[in-house]
Order: sequence, then structure tokens, then C-alpha cells
Amino acid sequence: MDLLSKLVAWLTSAGQWAGSEGIAQRLFEHVEYSLLSTLVAALIALPIGLFIGHTGRGAFLAINLSGFGRALPTVGIVTLVFLVSGLSMTPVYISLVALAIPSIVTNTYAGMAAVEADTKDAARGMGMTGLQSLWRVEVPLAAPLIMTGLRLATVQVIATATIAAYVSFGGLGRYIFDGLAQRDLTQVMGGAVLVAALAVAVDLILAGIHRVLFRHRLT
Amino acid sequence: MIRFESVTKRFANGTTAVDDLSVEFLEGGITVLVGSSGCGKTTTLRMINRLVDPTSGTVSLGGRDVRELPAAQLRRGIGYVIQQAGLFPHRTVLDNIATVPTLLGWGRRKARARAAELLEVVGLAAESGKRYPHQLSGGQQQRVGVARALAADPPVLLMDEPFGAVDPVVRTLLQDELIRLQAELRKTIVFVTHDIDEAVRLGDRIAIFRTGGHMVQIAPPAELLARPADDFVAGFLGAERGLKLLSLISLQDVPYEPIAAVRTTDTAAQARAEATGRWLLAVSPDGKPAGWLDVHALDGSDSIGQAALTPVRGLTDADSLLSALNETVSSPTGMAVRVDAAGVLVGASRDDVVHAHQRSLA
Repeated sequence: MDLLSKLVAWLTSAGQWAGSEGIAQRLFEHVEYSLLSTLVAALIALPIGLFIGHTGRGAFLAINLSGFGRALPTVGIVTLVFLVSGLSMTPVYISLVALAIPSIVTNTYAGMAAVEADTKDAARGMGMTGLQSLWRVEVPLAAPLIMTGLRLATVQVIATATIAAYVSFGGLGRYIFDGLAQRDLTQVMGGAVLVAALAVAVDLILAGIHRVLFRHRLT
Repeated sequence: MIRFESVTKRFANGTTAVDDLSVEFLEGGITVLVGSSGCGKTTTLRMINRLVDPTSGTVSLGGRDVRELPAAQLRRGIGYVIQQAGLFPHRTVLDNIATVPTLLGWGRRKARARAAELLEVVGLAAESGKRYPHQLSGGQQQRVGVARALAADPPVLLMDEPFGAVDPVVRTLLQDELIRLQAELRKTIVFVTHDIDEAVRLGDRIAIFRTGGHMVQIAPPAELLARPADDFVAGFLGAERGLKLLSLISLQDVPYEPIAAVRTTDTAAQARAEATGRWLLAVSPDGKPAGWLDVHALDGSDSIGQAALTPVRGLTDADSLLSALNETVSSPTGMAVRVDAAGVLVGASRDDVVHAHQRSLA
């Protein structure tokens, strides 16, 4: 059997999907890691992006730190935190959150910075307070770009969450690392295909939501 | 109503935007602030609603220092219109107009009802309320900007080059609308522009600013044009200062006399019989001037409907002496054709009569 038909057989066998080590379970774990990491990253990154966007202060620092954050190798962080804190999901979550923060901060900031000065001036001139201008004008106008940042971060995290398996936890990375260890190429491919499919599916869903939410917008 | 007392504004970079300004703006009138860019006119305007705070001196509104109220609360009581309208792109036209009423806590239904009412006031169709700003033309957006400023019925309106970004035809239209609205509403309006013609058209009083933040002169347009305070003001008013003055004088007191005319439905023979010279005024069947008819060009044709007419513009009593002068120059007979409010021919003023009236004013 050639590789492709082996792969199809692997992906479609009922036994492969069921059980505590089946694809369904691994998929669930993968989504769980990704969702939690992106959520925590958003809770940290959104306020930072909104603050620097609204006040115009600290933009230089935040953008450079984001660039630095993007350059950090994820496996390196996992290993480093693992050495310090020992074996737990903590190193995985820390590295995934660190991966997601830059996209969210820079996109949120970019969205806020793109709100026209005239529009903000009008908001103030109409008698909005700083917070009213933020929530009623700036955030709604920045929303498409903020959403893009969240979408980007989510997809990056899904693609990278395979590293949970690197430190012996679950997720779809399990198939990749186990397959490599067992020299089982079919399993490696199966895992890779599943991760890619999940990332693409989530991206399409988020893009759909984006289009529905911002259907009245010019851009 | 709006009063500046020794107001100076120096920015952090050291430039003086407004230098020791003391002035009072008329209640219920339009005061236009003009000057080249960087002369402090916009800064002056923005000190009224505290988008800029003065370095020294006080600005008061209706006898109260503007610093007495929190800035946001003060601004909700002052209409504000800016260039490009500054509409909120994510809100419908109706919601844009309802901004200040909503901030004042009117409740959604009442705020929207008021917004719908204002659409009509500024001459927009009711359907446009459901649209988004980018779906409107520049002129329509500017109307929405004015409606939004009027929504909570503030006594004061600040307008910062509101018609600067639209083409000349639309600008004239918007100016006419503003004049019409102001005749009804009698707001205290402060209007910033760099266009002296706009200032002359709209202003009850015009304040001229010079670079460095000095107000050089404040006067009604006619007085300003007739007696500029110095060379700077005269220079700013331009070489056509005399003509601008004529644009402020109406034709009400300029006499006219009956004029012979044919209808465009008449025959060429009737036109020839009526003519005393080469040119004859033609009117449409409803009595409105249609054009000057060249009797010499009638050869061979039966009716005059087909003959080419030289365009004519009928002037009402509300039109200016400048437009009459223009007609006497551009019409082949030197006559300015006069019409009533409905546009129906009443007579014509000869060029010497128009000139004599203009000289009698000097």
C-alpha cells in the first residue's frame, strides 16, 4: 500500500477515533489547549493594545516587545520553563500565550491607530468622555482589525499546540511525536493532516463570523 | 453671548496660536473667523468648547466661564460641525444624528424620533437615515454633520470649515441651506473658513485673523469691505473688494422698465414685427425669460422655437447688484432682465441705470 491509502485507512478506521487515546479525544484536548491559551493571551493583550491605542502612549515599546516575542522560539520557551517549573502543562500554556500575545497587541493597536483623528475629534466635540469615545467609537471601529488579530493568534496557537505532546501531554501532537518515535510515518502524517485541517476549519469559521459581524463596513 | 477676555494660547512647542484676544460674538448671529492657515482661527473656535484650553485669560458662554462645567457636559450643550463631517462610520445616519441626545440620556426612541425630524430639517430623505455615512455623497454627509450638531437644539453652533471639502456647486447649495436654517433657528454661530467669499456670504460679522494669532478687525461684511482697517485686511479681501461689496447689495431699489418680448411659440413674422433692433427677448409660454433672440438669424424659419437663443438669467429683487452688473456685461443688449419670485418676467434694467445706482451708493 502506498502512503496515501495508508493515511486514508488510518484516518477512517473507526477504532482510531474512539477511546481515551482516539482521535476524538486528542482533538478535544488540542482544542482545549488552544482555546485556553488564546483566551488568556486575549485577556492580557487586548487591554494593552486598547490602552496604547487610545492614549498613544507606549506604542514604541509595545510594538518592539511584540516583535521580540514573535522571534522567540516556542520550543525554547517550553524547554526553559519546563527546566524551571518541572513537568506540568504550565510550560506549554506559557509558551502558547507568549506566542499569541504579539498578534493580538499589534493588531489591536493598529486598529485603534487607524481610527481617523477627525472621528475622535468629533466624538470629543459631541461631549463623549474618554471612556465613551473608547467604547462607542474607537473599539467598534477597530473591531475588524482586533478580530483579525484574534483569528491570527488562534490559528498560530492551534498549529503550535502540538508541543504539548513534546512534554508528554495530549493533543494532536501526540500522533506526530509518537509516530516519529515509532518511525510510523502514517501516524505522523495523520497527525499533521489533522492539525492542518483543524487550523483551516477554525480559520474559516472565524472568517465567516467576521464577515457577518462587519458586513456593513467598507473594508 | 460668547466672550473672550485677554485670551492667549501658547502651544508646548512655543508657537503662539492666539495672542491676547478680547472679543464678544453676537448672540443669534453668524460670526465668521477668517484668515490664512495657522492664524489661530480654529484654535479660537476650539477654546469655546474646550477642545483647547487657553494658556491665560477666560472664555465665557452666556456669562459663565466655560471651565465651570466638566468639559464633556459643556460640549453636549454646544453644536459642533467639522470638515469632512467627522461622522461615525460604524453608525447609521440616524444614530449619528442621535449621538448627543443619547449622551444626554433621552432614551433610544425619543433620540431617534428627533433624529428623523432633523433629517427633514437639513433636506435629506427619510430613507437616508438607515444608510451608513460612506453610502452618502460629500454634500449629504455634511448635511448629516449639521443635523447631528443641531440634535439637542443647542443655542450655540461651532462650525470648523464645514464646507471646505465639497465642490463649489455643492458648497453654494449648503451655504444657501445654512442661511435658510439660520433665518428660522437664530443660533449663535461661530464659523471658521479661509474662504473670504464664504465669509462675506454667511457672516453677520467677520473677524479677520493674522498669522501669530492677532485678530485684526471685526466688522459686518459691508463695513469691512468698505473700510478695511489696514493693508493686511485689504490684501486679504482681495483685488475684487469693490465687487464683493456689490454682491452684498440687493436689487430691491434698482428701478426697471417694461420690455418688449415674444413667446418662443410665436412665429418669425411676429418676432420681426415686434423687434426694434437686432435683439429681442424671448419668454417661454409661462412667461419666464428663455433667452435673447437674434432677429437677423431668423431668415428662412417660420417659428422662433428653432432659432438659437443667447442665454439670459432673470434676476429677482433678492439678487445682488453684482449679478445685475454681470448681466449687463454679458447680455447682448446691456440689459439686466428682472423677474418676480416665481421667475416670471417683470421688466429690465438698462446698464446705465444699474451703474447710476451703484454710483449713488459710493
